[in-house]
Amino acid sequence: MKLIRIQSNGARESSPGWPAALNPRLDRRSFLRAAGLGVGLAAAAGPSLVREVEAAEEKVEVPQFEQHKTICGNCAVGCGFIGEVQDGVWVAQEPWFEHPINLGSLCSKGAAAREHVISEKRLRYPMKLEGGQWKRISWDQAMSEIVAKLQAIREKYGPDALMILGSAHHTNETAYALRKFAAFWGSNNIDHQARICHSTTVAGLANVWGYGAMTNSMNDIRNSRSILIIGENVCTSHPIAMQHILTAKEVNRAQVIVVDPRFSKTAAFANQFVRIRSGTDVAFIYGLIYLILKNGWEDKKMLTERTYGFEYLVEEVAKFDPDTVEDITGVPKRELERVAKTLADNRPGTVIWAMGGTQHTNGTSITRSYCALQLVLGNMGVPGGGTNVFRGHDNVQGATDLGVLSNTLPGYYGLGAGAWKHWANVWGVDYEWLKSRFKDEKMMQKVGFTVARWYEGVLLDPKELGQDVNIHAAIYWGHSSNCQSQMDRVKRALEKVDLLVDIDPFVTTTAILPDRQDGVYILPAATVYEQWGTVTNSNRDIQWRNRIVSPVWEARTDLAILLELAERLGFKDDFTKNARGSWKGVPKSLKGVKELPEETIASIIGEWNLGMRTIGMTGQTYERLKRQQEWAHVFDVKTKKAVGGPVDGEQWGLPWPCWTEKHPGTHILYRIDIPVSEGGMGFRARWGTTAPDGQTLLAAEGSAPVGSSINGGYPELPDWKTDLTGKVFEEALAKGLAPYGNGRARFNAWNIPEDPVPRHREPIHSPRPDLVEKWPTYEDVKDHFRVPTLYKSIQKADWVKEYPIILSSGRQVEFEGGGNSERACWWLVELQPEMYVEIHPKLAHDHGIKHGDWVWIESPEDLDGRPSRIKVRAKVTKRVSPDMVYLPFHWGGVFEGKSLAHKYPAGYVPYGLGESANTVTNYGYDRVTQMQETKTGLCRIRKA
Amino acid sequence: MAKTQVTIPFREAGGPQLKHAPARLKFYVDVKRCIECGGCEVACKNENNIPPGIARIRVVTINEGEPGETNVAVPCMHCSKAPCVAVCPVDALFHRPDGIVHVNKETCIGCGYCLYACPFGAPQFPESSPFGARGVMDKCTYCAGGPEVPFSERERRLYGSNRIAEGKLPMCASVCATKALVAGDAEEVANVVRQRMAARGSGGGAWGWETAYR
Ligand code: SF4
Ligand code: SF4
Repeated sequence: MKLIRIQSNGARESSPGWPAALNPRLDRRSFLRAAGLGVGLAAAAGPSLVREVEAAEEKVEVPQFEQHKTICGNCAVGCGFIGEVQDGVWVAQEPWFEHPINLGSLCSKGAAAREHVISEKRLRYPMKLEGGQWKRISWDQAMSEIVAKLQAIREKYGPDALMILGSAHHTNETAYALRKFAAFWGSNNIDHQARICHSTTVAGLANVWGYGAMTNSMNDIRNSRSILIIGENVCTSHPIAMQHILTAKEVNRAQVIVVDPRFSKTAAFANQFVRIRSGTDVAFIYGLIYLILKNGWEDKKMLTERTYGFEYLVEEVAKFDPDTVEDITGVPKRELERVAKTLADNRPGTVIWAMGGTQHTNGTSITRSYCALQLVLGNMGVPGGGTNVFRGHDNVQGATDLGVLSNTLPGYYGLGAGAWKHWANVWGVDYEWLKSRFKDEKMMQKVGFTVARWYEGVLLDPKELGQDVNIHAAIYWGHSSNCQSQMDRVKRALEKVDLLVDIDPFVTTTAILPDRQDGVYILPAATVYEQWGTVTNSNRDIQWRNRIVSPVWEARTDLAILLELAERLGFKDDFTKNARGSWKGVPKSLKGVKELPEETIASIIGEWNLGMRTIGMTGQTYERLKRQQEWAHVFDVKTKKAVGGPVDGEQWGLPWPCWTEKHPGTHILYRIDIPVSEGGMGFRARWGTTAPDGQTLLAAEGSAPVGSSINGGYPELPDWKTDLTGKVFEEALAKGLAPYGNGRARFNAWNIPEDPVPRHREPIHSPRPDLVEKWPTYEDVKDHFRVPTLYKSIQKADWVKEYPIILSSGRQVEFEGGGNSERACWWLVELQPEMYVEIHPKLAHDHGIKHGDWVWIESPEDLDGRPSRIKVRAKVTKRVSPDMVYLPFHWGGVFEGKSLAHKYPAGYVPYGLGESANTVTNYGYDRVTQMQETKTGLCRIRKA
Repeated sequence: MAKTQVTIPFREAGGPQLKHAPARLKFYVDVKRCIECGGCEVACKNENNIPPGIARIRVVTINEGEPGETNVAVPCMHCSKAPCVAVCPVDALFHRPDGIVHVNKETCIGCGYCLYACPFGAPQFPESSPFGARGVMDKCTYCAGGPEVPFSERERRLYGSNRIAEGKLPMCASVCATKALVAGDAEEVANVVRQRMAARGSGGGAWGWETAYR
């Protein structure tokens, strides 16, 4: 540090321009009063207090603002803050210190929330591409043209010719309505970002113990004694969760272990950092289990009483002695041993993961291996333990729960006839009528295209598809196209569809990527801060989000747009009612309506309360959620439980399952040390009472939640999923029973193709061809979510000779997803102005690349034998290992070296443009869910 | 809203709150906690309406990508023996009695001496003309506006918001992601620091500890 000579202490008695009221010559007391920091004043100062300050000659007033508590619209931590409004304009943000999750804190994205609304780059009115030019049109023209085209496409090709790409940024109510809309339209071709973020987690967890969600909570990490973070960079992706992690580390002396191919920002806070080869998680975890079993550190009670199929796991784990693990993962034996011992010595421990674990061809196996580790250690169903899956967008958990997915209706009911009948019942419509909306019953029950591969529905011959027509129209609704791998194919699909509609607060990559002259509509949607609704954060907390201001410019809320579509398609009246009656506050015609009143939102909450039996989204009423917001200050930070007040005993966010209107919600899943009425439960008895091998699937005697009338396992209660009266739940709770039974967690999920027990499989583009033979990928699949999916037939090629470098991708803290909103906020772009590739000094120097040089990154051919490439600047850093490069994935607006800035409507070019990582991420999709493999590809680099 | 004299919400800080009036306002940056999320930087822009190119607070990372990687948020530290105040030839820089170092933009001539003197690079020089919105030299005000009538349009335009006069503390520290950046009465801040040090003990547990002392 610089040292300088100081002559005086620098304090001055008075200074020019210092107003009398704050004149330091005044005695201390009166200064403090003027500054509002005196004891009495500070204690009395409330948000609405108008305090007058005597200035030299004039009176000044503390400006007064309306205050609206709301929830951040970026990530799934679910931070709260207060928006301040003056004359209808959002003028400032204030910290919401009482919010139990973030205690006032925000990361850069949350701190920039206001700019999402006030940005100059907000799309102001509907536009249409005509003769290669963007033209302003009215809402009425836009909607009538779009609906006319949709109807023509429907008539010509049937309902399956439309693909809807929904959003994890929609509120629960919008997400739910959008799924219902797809049902009324008559197709399962609807999906959203969860497909490419945590679909493998949902499938993995649900197949182990019943529910596919985070089991504990961010706050609960404060109870952990060890924290294994694998495939997640908390500092960057879920910054505020670090508050809880650091507290556990400092107060409990919790051991933080970061396992990652990169020395991430989070790694810098770890007690142990383990560098692993991308995509080898199963081998690593099995290595740990191998050592745990060898040393007898397993939790025998958990294994014998509450799990099924342990012997199958043991058989597979036996292959993973430390030497084998070292060979596969690159993790030295000594480090593996240290991690295993640390986890065994420091219980309860939690496992945290995100996309580093999920985005792989064997993603569903990887997520199940994490579960297996936690079961073996006995870390399930205890505070401080659990699988803390950090989900991405602010409402990705909610949109998943509410079924904006091509493989299920809301509530994970699936697509079987029973599921359809249940929802027809909730919606108060005739099942036969619903069926008539579809091509036929078969298509009604068949899973649709996914976000990851929908474009193949446009590009491939219908003979190769799982439906007999191509997709001819696509609606992107709060979704970025630069999030999908194989972007050159996405681009061609966007060029080929007859109709492309992009509904978003900003002009996104989707609108400007395709080279086309017409047939594209962009419609201005409200941001999350301009609509009321509920959102579910990563740990299942449902929070009420207040609207801060009305939608600006000509923007409209997603729900208003959706209902106008329903109206023009002729089913609005059936759409806006349910078994309990019509939604309140819906105007006769939606034409030109900007937003719907709060009472409509309340009606929709009531509707999902009615139908969402399976996961207990039944007790979170509008009134309860609003009341919690008022009483946020009474919730304890460590337990998330209210102490006193009208919400006494409730869990913050009424996390599901919250069976009835009296139930407090379930903070930690699968806890048997508390009664069901207080949030206790066993594992779900989801697969019947007996496994195909004849073993029981019901929990052992003595392992039921406290106060259970059956002190052991029991099957699902009859009709618990479909009884709309609530009687089944009431009676179950009275008897201390969980409506879904008390079963065993499964190590052996016999229904999962090829990998009933999780297996290590080399990525399709493996950097270790010598391991491919022993640990090969899957057999090709002909019709998986309506598309052919290749595994073995393309793994055979020896990619690594031509493409020797591992390619991985991930986050930057300032941006989220495709970054279309954040790159239009200059506060954020100023901090992160440019796309780059991280390269280790050795790799860079071997290729003659210096920091800041332009570099070409080339990836293996896609299905058409076309290689892709991007041109980005080199960031030379030791974060990455010398065998890999790393790309942030939020960028768009540059394609294969060429700027697309000229394709934006005038004035709408975002502040930040850059090459999309997904132009070069490789082919590869999870065997169960179609999750794209973006974390483990191959590439080669050269100086541009 | 609960009022505290430190940006750690009441549930976090130990001891009785509001027990006395503040003596001297201070920042503290806990380098074991700052995660370089940029929350403070953006919050400052948002609150004080800061134009592009000016950073009243910035986060610096050292040893990036290597064991020992450390982030530090660097606002103006409002030094007690402020070198900038000492060197300013026209006395534009001065201390308020609560310790906040202010610049008077009317007096400032934009010579840049303070930038030489400041160990933290806090003074900022806007690219726009001296008559631009933020004048010649701009720096962190501790969210206390400037030598103008509190809450006046003029104060807002030249200096930004005046949270201190509203009985609030600076925005950057109020929203800090991990409570790494702490602001408030020096004594309260010291309490927070002491508690944290006591909890951590020696050894810190940062990665590399085992490797360094194996
Ligand atoms: S992006 Fe996530 S961590 Fe950051 S403020 Fe928003 S909810 Fe909190
Ligand atoms: S908000 Fe806090 S954690 Fe984030 S960069 Fe600033 S000081 Fe660091």
